[in-house]
Order: sequence, then structure tokens, then C-alpha cells
Amino acid sequence: MMPQFSYWDILRNLIYAGELTVMLSLIAFIGGGIVGMVLLLARVWRPQVFGSVFNIYVQLFQGTPLLMQLFLSYFGLRLFGIEVSVWVSAGLALTLYTSAFLAEIWRGCVASIPKGQWEAGASLALSFGEQMRYVVAPQAMRIAIPPTVGFLVQVIKGTALASVIGFAELTRAGNMIANVTYQPFTVFATVGLLYFCLCYPISLTARYLERKTNAVRR
Amino acid sequence: MTVQLDFLAVLHYWPMLLTGVAWTLALTVLAIVVGLALSVTFAWVRVEGPRWAAIPVAAYVELLRNTPFIVQLYFIFFGLPELGLRLSPVLASAIALVLNLGAYSTEIIRAGLSATPKGQTEAALSLALTRYQVFTRVVLPPAMQKVWPSLVSQIIIVMLGSAVCGQIATEELNYAANVISANTFHTFESYIIATVIYLALAILIRRLLNWAGPRLIFGG
Repeated sequence: MMPQFSYWDILRNLIYAGELTVMLSLIAFIGGGIVGMVLLLARVWRPQVFGSVFNIYVQLFQGTPLLMQLFLSYFGLRLFGIEVSVWVSAGLALTLYTSAFLAEIWRGCVASIPKGQWEAGASLALSFGEQMRYVVAPQAMRIAIPPTVGFLVQVIKGTALASVIGFAELTRAGNMIANVTYQPFTVFATVGLLYFCLCYPISLTARYLERKTNAVRR
Repeated sequence: MTVQLDFLAVLHYWPMLLTGVAWTLALTVLAIVVGLALSVTFAWVRVEGPRWAAIPVAAYVELLRNTPFIVQLYFIFFGLPELGLRLSPVLASAIALVLNLGAYSTEIIRAGLSATPKGQTEAALSLALTRYQVFTRVVLPPAMQKVWPSLVSQIIIVMLGSAVCGQIATEELNYAANVISANTFHTFESYIIATVIYLALAILIRRLLNWAGPRLIFGG
């Protein structure tokens, strides 16, 4: 006899998997933020040295499919004899992917700060670190927050691809549950809805912050 | 330990890679043509259209923009057959890509349309142009010009995203890499080569669209 699944069974299991989506997103976002910040600081500190490295890095991750990056991280680590859990493969690929996008977003924000601000800082005998910390970063951060929050939505959606390398997050759970229940329409509609519930509030927040920032600048 | 990489074994399957590239490009071109046509219409509806039409369009845009492409694809390919609508992998991929690009570019083009000063529309109307003429000749071209860089970036994102379509056995580039890796056991090399091709395609398509935009879309 075929087991019967109520909608509640489906929803409960999907929400459970959704927690993994949230966790993976946070890992990628925080990890990507740290790596992205290092990249950005190197680039701003010594543009002649790190400028082209930065550009190539960004081009590489923005110009190739995230799915390929996940495959390369998954099979690459194994090829070099590093047996790791799918958490590491997925976390690594998503972190690098996120870092490239965040670094590029933040670079634009720093570049939008007039050069005079740097020079004023330098004329007060502030070191590079002090200029960045006390003069440029506070101004750049204000413009950087809305697009950064907006990019979190891209990260959450990006984690769905980790399902392909076997990470049992929301999309993967949807696949498995659809196969067991024979209700793919209901299951994938619910999966989509759960992603929407995660992402839409963040999108709205980003839009609200953007309006607020623009209002301040005008 | 040493790792032996054998790229030639993968390149030996070049006809398969070529087919993959062809499908990736075909799907991308379809998404650009149909998706952009769709989104110009939808953007018009959102800016100037009747309210009863603007609300569903807004819902479509938000729904598609806040869910992963892979889930949209699975919903269309695995979910719709439950309602009796069975689609081939290629058709499902094409629909998913068109709808996805359509949603993002509706939002992008809408932003461009809203940026057109009202006086221009009024000036054109006072010259006895019809509403249709005003939209296609006065409002749309400068709007497209303004947002073209964003549209190009979004098109690249969709092209790269089409790699996911291989998961439902659409024979695009990622699928080719899958098959080649299964045949040769050179998995890492297969994906490296596919990734490099994707990168080349991204650069090429960006160049091409940057060139084509001013000449074909919002002409000088």
C-alpha cells in the first residue's frame, strides 16, 4: 500500500530543509563578506598591485555559472584527495561567489566617495587605515547597505543550486519529497512559496533602505 | 600526491561540446527576443497600463524575482505534468528562461520608462502623434538606451543560469560536460573546459550586445 502524505507532512519537511537553506545562506553571506572585504581593502590600498588581480577574480566569478563553480569545488576538492562534506564544497563555492559580487558592489561605493575626502584625510596625517576607517568607510557604508541587503536575496537563491551536488537544502528536499509523494505540483509550488517568504521581505527591506538613502542624498 | 589532468580526452568530444554551445546560445537568443518583447509590454503595462493589468504583472515580477531559477524550472518541468501539461526539456527550459528574464527586465525597463520626463510625452502628443507612436518612438528608445547596460548584465546572468537546464536533460553546455565526464571519468577537466567556454561566451555576448544595442535596439 502506498503511504499517504498530508500537506502538513510535506510542509513540515520542507520547512525543516529550509532551515539548512538559511544556514548555508548565512555561511556564504558572512564568509563572502569577509573575503570580499579583504579583496576590496587590498584593491583600494594598492591599486597598481592588486587592481588586475581583483578585476580577474571578479570577472571569473561573475562570468561563469555558479553551478559550474559548485561542480568544480565539489569535484576539485575530491580530485586533490580532500574528502570533505558537502557543507564545505557548497560553502566554499558560495562564499567565493558571494565575495566577488560583494567586493564589486563595495568597490563601486568606495569609488563614489570623492577623492578630496582621501586627500583631506592624508593632509591630516591619517594613515591609509585611518583614512579608510574614519573618513571613507562611514560614508561608503551608507550607500553600500541597500545593494548589500539586496544581494542577500541572490545568495539565498544561489543556495538552491547546492541541491545539484547533493546538499539537502530546500530544493533538494523538494525533489525527494516530490518523488515520494507523487505530488510534484504541490511540492514545487510550496518550495517556491517558501523561497518567496524568505526573499521577499529582504527585497522590500533593500528597496526601503534604498529609498531612504536616496532621500538623504537629495 | 600528483594529480594527472587530461584535457585532451575531454576535447576529443568536441562535437558534443559544440552542440552544447549551440543549445546554450539558441536558448539565450530565444530568451532575449521573447523575454525582451514580453518585458517591454509588461513594463508599459506597469507604467501606463490599466490598474487591473498592472497588479498581476507586478505580482509576476515579484514572484519570479524572489524565487530561484532552478525551482521555477522544476515547477514547470516536474510540476505542470501533474495538471496534464507535459513539456519537453527544451520547451520547459525555454519557457523558464523567457519568464525569468522577462521578470527581471520588466523591472529594469520600467525604471527606464519612469525616468523619461513627462514633458517629452506631452510634446509628442501635441504634435498629433498617436499614443502608440509616442511610446515606440519617443519614450522607449531613450529608456532602452539608459538601461541597456543593466539589461546586458541581466542577459549574461540568464545565459549563465541556463546551465541549470542541463539538470532536466536539455542538451546545453552543462549537460554536454555531464555526459563527457560520465564517458571519460575526467570529471574535473570536463567542468573546467565547460566553465572556460561559459566565460568566453559571457565575454563574447557582452561585447556583441554592447555593439548591437545602439545600432539595432535604440538606433542612432
